[in-house]
Amino acid sequence: MGGLQKKKYERGSAANYITRNKARKKLQLSLADFRRLCILKGIYPHEPKHKKVVNKGSTAPRTFYLLKDIRFLLHEPIVGKFREYKVFVRKLRKAYGKAEWTNVQRLRENKPGYKLDHIIKERYPTFIDALRDIDDSLSMCFLFSTFARTGKCHVQTIQLCRRLSVEWMNYIITSRSLRKVFLSIKGIYYQAEVLGQPITWLVPYQFAHNHPTDVDYRVMATFTEFYTTLLGFVNFRLYQSLNLLYPPKLDIKAEAELKAEFEEDYAMDSESYLEKLAALSASLARVVPTAEEEEAQLDQFPAEGEDAEVLEAREKLQKEQDAQKKLFEGLKFFLNREVPREPMAFVLRCFGAQVSWDKSLCIGGTYDVTDQSITHQIVDRPNTDQQYINRYYVQPQWVFDSVNGKLLLPVVDYFPGVVLPPHLSPFVEEKDGDYVPPEKLKLMALQRGERPEREEEEEDDEEEEEDDEDDDEEEGEEEEEMDDEELADEKNLKAMERQRSQGKALSVKVTPGKAKVENRMRTEQEEKAEEKRLAIMMMKKKEKYLYDKIMFGKKRKVREANKLAAKRKAHEDATKADKKKKKAKKQ
Amino acid sequence: MSVSKIVLQQNGIMSKAKEKSVKRRNSEEDEEQLPIFNTDGGGSSPNDDEEEDLSDSAESVFSGLEDSGSDSDDEESDDEHEEEAPTADENGETSTSVEQPERQTPALPHRTKDKPQGKKQKPPQKEKMKKGSVSVAEVGREGESGRSEPNSDASKPTPPQEDEYEQDTSDEEDIRNTVGNIPMEWYNDYPHIGYDLDGKKIFKPIRNKDELDEFLDKMENPDYWRTVHDKMTGTDIRLSDEQVDLVHRLQRGQFGDVNFNEYEPSVDFFSHETMIHPVSNRPQDKRSFIPSLIEKEKVSKLVHAIKMGWIKPRKPKETGPQYYDLWAKEDPNAILGRHKMHVPAPKSRLPGHEESYNPPPEYLFTEEEVGRGPTLISVTKKPQTGVGAAGPQDRKLAFVPQKHSCLRAVPAFSRFIHERFERCLDLYLCPRQRKMRVNVDPEDLIPKLPKPKDLQPFPTTQSLVYRGHSSLVRCISLSPSGQWLASGSDDCTVRLWEVSTARCMKTIEVGGAVKSIAWNPNPAICLVALAFNQTVLVLNPGLGDKLVCSSTDQLVSSYVEPEEEKAQSVQWAAAEGKDHEKGVRLIISHPKAVRQVTWHGKGDYLASVLPDNSSLQVLIHQISKRRSQNPFSKNKGLVQCVSFHPIRPYFFVATQRSVRVYNLIKQELTKKLTANCKWISSMAIHPGGDNVICGSYDSRLAWFDLDLSTKPYKVLRHHKKALRGVAFHRRYPLFASASDDGSVIVCHGMVYNDLLQNPLIVPVKVLKGHTVTNDLGVLDVTFHPTQPWVFSSGADATIRLFS
Repeated sequence: MGGLQKKKYERGSAANYITRNKARKKLQLSLADFRRLCILKGIYPHEPKHKKVVNKGSTAPRTFYLLKDIRFLLHEPIVGKFREYKVFVRKLRKAYGKAEWTNVQRLRENKPGYKLDHIIKERYPTFIDALRDIDDSLSMCFLFSTFARTGKCHVQTIQLCRRLSVEWMNYIITSRSLRKVFLSIKGIYYQAEVLGQPITWLVPYQFAHNHPTDVDYRVMATFTEFYTTLLGFVNFRLYQSLNLLYPPKLDIKAEAELKAEFEEDYAMDSESYLEKLAALSASLARVVPTAEEEEAQLDQFPAEGEDAEVLEAREKLQKEQDAQKKLFEGLKFFLNREVPREPMAFVLRCFGAQVSWDKSLCIGGTYDVTDQSITHQIVDRPNTDQQYINRYYVQPQWVFDSVNGKLLLPVVDYFPGVVLPPHLSPFVEEKDGDYVPPEKLKLMALQRGERPEREEEEEDDEEEEEDDEDDDEEEGEEEEEMDDEELADEKNLKAMERQRSQGKALSVKVTPGKAKVENRMRTEQEEKAEEKRLAIMMMKKKEKYLYDKIMFGKKRKVREANKLAAKRKAHEDATKADKKKKKAKKQ
Repeated sequence: MSVSKIVLQQNGIMSKAKEKSVKRRNSEEDEEQLPIFNTDGGGSSPNDDEEEDLSDSAESVFSGLEDSGSDSDDEESDDEHEEEAPTADENGETSTSVEQPERQTPALPHRTKDKPQGKKQKPPQKEKMKKGSVSVAEVGREGESGRSEPNSDASKPTPPQEDEYEQDTSDEEDIRNTVGNIPMEWYNDYPHIGYDLDGKKIFKPIRNKDELDEFLDKMENPDYWRTVHDKMTGTDIRLSDEQVDLVHRLQRGQFGDVNFNEYEPSVDFFSHETMIHPVSNRPQDKRSFIPSLIEKEKVSKLVHAIKMGWIKPRKPKETGPQYYDLWAKEDPNAILGRHKMHVPAPKSRLPGHEESYNPPPEYLFTEEEVGRGPTLISVTKKPQTGVGAAGPQDRKLAFVPQKHSCLRAVPAFSRFIHERFERCLDLYLCPRQRKMRVNVDPEDLIPKLPKPKDLQPFPTTQSLVYRGHSSLVRCISLSPSGQWLASGSDDCTVRLWEVSTARCMKTIEVGGAVKSIAWNPNPAICLVALAFNQTVLVLNPGLGDKLVCSSTDQLVSSYVEPEEEKAQSVQWAAAEGKDHEKGVRLIISHPKAVRQVTWHGKGDYLASVLPDNSSLQVLIHQISKRRSQNPFSKNKGLVQCVSFHPIRPYFFVATQRSVRVYNLIKQELTKKLTANCKWISSMAIHPGGDNVICGSYDSRLAWFDLDLSTKPYKVLRHHKKALRGVAFHRRYPLFASASDDGSVIVCHGMVYNDLLQNPLIVPVKVLKGHTVTNDLGVLDVTFHPTQPWVFSSGADATIRLFS
């Protein structure tokens, strides 16, 4: 008894959170500035565990920030810069109003700016942290670099984004760290492994953007501002780690080669240099020029607690990766005009191929179509007029599928004009129970080294399919059979019962009975199933709910897989029927 | 200047430009062309003209005005415009001498008209001085004369006009009328319109033109459109072609002069080139030698401002972002500003097969999956894994999978920017929370129970079906020996069966649907109580041991009526005649419908339930004394069923939501069990007497441990539908529940003697056999007294034995 009465909502979780408006008032910022600050500093709302408590008894929907976060923002020097900028804008407006042009000039020259270096260091204390979070910044930079240089954002931003994305691509090429590529309907997904971190980014196809009206470009611009800074520093560090010059310089040899041909087409040297870098065809200059092959064999030391098996597996993985890195080594590619140049050149160069293209397409092509040493020509039109015998003509998908499959796929499926096999996502890892498309199974067989001959394969396929079907049916049948027996018994009994109940005299007859074969396995199984069913009945309400939920999810997965399989089957049946029809017509 | 004024009067439009051109020409003439005009005034001889024009090239350069209608005598050549316009154009700036005569010559015939009248020899100086004015005057007069020729030539003498030329020295514009620049309306009322130089009146034309004249003129005169009324003279003037041309040009906003070049090369007078001669010869100021004080002051102010730091010297501008090795000294332990509550943003989902530009065919949507409407991309939901469902709103993907035959055919993704933007919004707006994902193996959730195999015996299979009833069998009861089975049905019969053979031994018809039936538990008495409508019958089935039957009959008939008969709420009657032959021994008629009857363990007492909202709901009858009593004076809710404690003098009364336990000796309420269910349907007492199970219509079965609590020890939700009956086995640790879902569930319910050990409840068997008819499944369930067999009666008019 006694003491002060404890007030509600003054301690505990209610005191740990702050609403957005209160935070804004505390920081004395406008909503726009608050938003910018949150974006730059990476502050986000938190969903409290007990919303009603935090909301002081009200259930109104509000966004809450952690009070610690907001306190942390209080000391941010960049807030001062925001205010300075506001003052600058006010002064400038005044000067304009008074038509004091010299003042305007002077103000313009002393326009306050800010740097985000410290924020980046603060948000990502280590380099690996930054790398982990670089996915979004890459996607954003690649998107911004495709914008037209009018309207939506500053030209400088677009140029910077372009520069940084080109630098990034050049790094990936030099370090050969690209792992997966996926052509989706949205754009091209790339996945690279940099310092052990998987980094995925999405690049839109090369089209002019239809700028939507319901998108706030200021938000995007603020994000881009942060992302470009981050990406710049990351690029610097990555270039440094590879002993490359930053900003990137072309190799002297390559530069000399390129210089001769295309210099006169460009007005400005700087312009042409970026273009040359963006061509991705030449290697970069190193700080200390070294021999090309400098990769020393690293000794493998088992980490503590690792057994030989794990080590072996790791070694195997390493070997695989090395093999993948040199996938296109020694091959010479030529890109036709209709093929998207940048992604193709990027992917091919990442795996050690030599690439060139038509002179009219872009700067940086190193050899011509007529070069006899070309091994593959990438073509994306049904027929080509002129064909060289000593090279393969393949569609672009071959490159991407080969990269994802980590081996050079047979080119037959990818000849120009041929109906392409489906392009599968390399990001899907099927667990058991999931649906695996048959193409993936084939690919896996190829990876394992099974190479059935082409002609037989088709037949096999058909047979296999049939087998599969049979299997399925059998399984189904088994159950059905069992059920059938029981059902039959039941039916007999029921019929007899009915007869009896209707009061009809049964024709008394003794028929030879059949000895029922006891299927021990089955009875055992049934017993177990029943046990389980009975045990489930005894579950507590809470656990039952959870259990039901899990089982529902599992069942849904199975259902979806089944649905896909059924669809596939229907599709194949339809195509088969079509084929047969065609054959019949021909005959 | 005079010229322009006249012109102004003639037509207000041709004003400034003309003035300008005239001015300019005049000045030029002043300077250079003086001699040239000597012959101009005369202009009579073609030779002269030719000569003049030869030397005239310079003049024509400056004034293209020759043909502009206000110029010298040429103007008199009115009609030659067809010729003149082109030549003027050809001439441009340098008119050629060859063409000049041509122009001049046709003008001659017109001139001849003037010649006889006036003296052509004028002093050259004079001519030159007022050249412009003269010429215009001439034009005016020319027009006038031209116009007047047809109508007023004869009537009006013109000689005075000729004279004025000679005496005219002034610059005044119209010398024919001397009234000056006044509004001519003042003369409206007079026959004249002014005075000529001699002071004579100038008369108005005799007949003023009226509307008709005007109209006729308009119709007939082809030159009407170029006729202008001169108010000063009251005459109409026909404009010459040049004049018309001039008007047009001015209307178009061009210079009046055709040959005037508006784009003359500008002569940079104060050029950057140093000339030998200064522009002005003025000596330089003194102040150009001594330093300016004002400037000094300004500079010193600036210097001071710089010193004080008010003005900052211009910083070298940074061209772009500067990158360096930011993580040169990285500190992995630094968690600046980051706290343990930090939730890193989840990465975007990686695409699956369905997002491919060329997915396997099974990932494409069928038509119904795409949805009824064509609105495909209006999905705002977050993309999730999985394949699409029907309708755009409940589809799981934010896009529709598409197949393209080749990479070339892939279009731009229209929502690309949207998606990036949404990602941005997610990053800074979306509240984050750590959610613990339950990662349990569902098998672990299933409780570990002893195997049913180890808990045998219990009924497992259906072994017998008792058929005979034609309607649903509401109640069954077994004889204490376990040899006979009594069942009551809605077809108003009671049947007695032999258990082991399923043979119907007896059928007794009663006067209504049998609600409840109970075999006397005392093996020494062979009696069955049954309830229908408002009656409870006690009958002797006459089965089994004959001795027992006869002794029972004796027992019933040995009743001696007491002397003082107490008033009872029920009427007792001994059955006679036919009823007696059927086996009925006693008839107890109640005031209300009876729902349930139940025996006390000793077999002498019988309780009946009359659910109602009066206080008379439960009656306890004593068979030997044929006496009934109402133990409860108050209504505590609708009584569903009652039961005697198997050993002790307790009485259980189940109302809708609770079970009350009364001590019959002490006549008090000992316990009230709340069942946590909506409506209790049935109740059974464990033979030990310490545990009670209640079945309810909301498909629950509650197990009460009377030693533990008044709340259920366990609530089992095994059935899908309402429970109708529950039963304990008398010997084995088994209990069963019957439900409307057509199943009987047998559970192992072990009660331990150790008070610290809770009862063990394990479901061991789900027995199915009854078919559900009219939403009713199994209506009653009871165990065999000695064997682990369970009997159930159902709405399908059968009784089934599971063993």
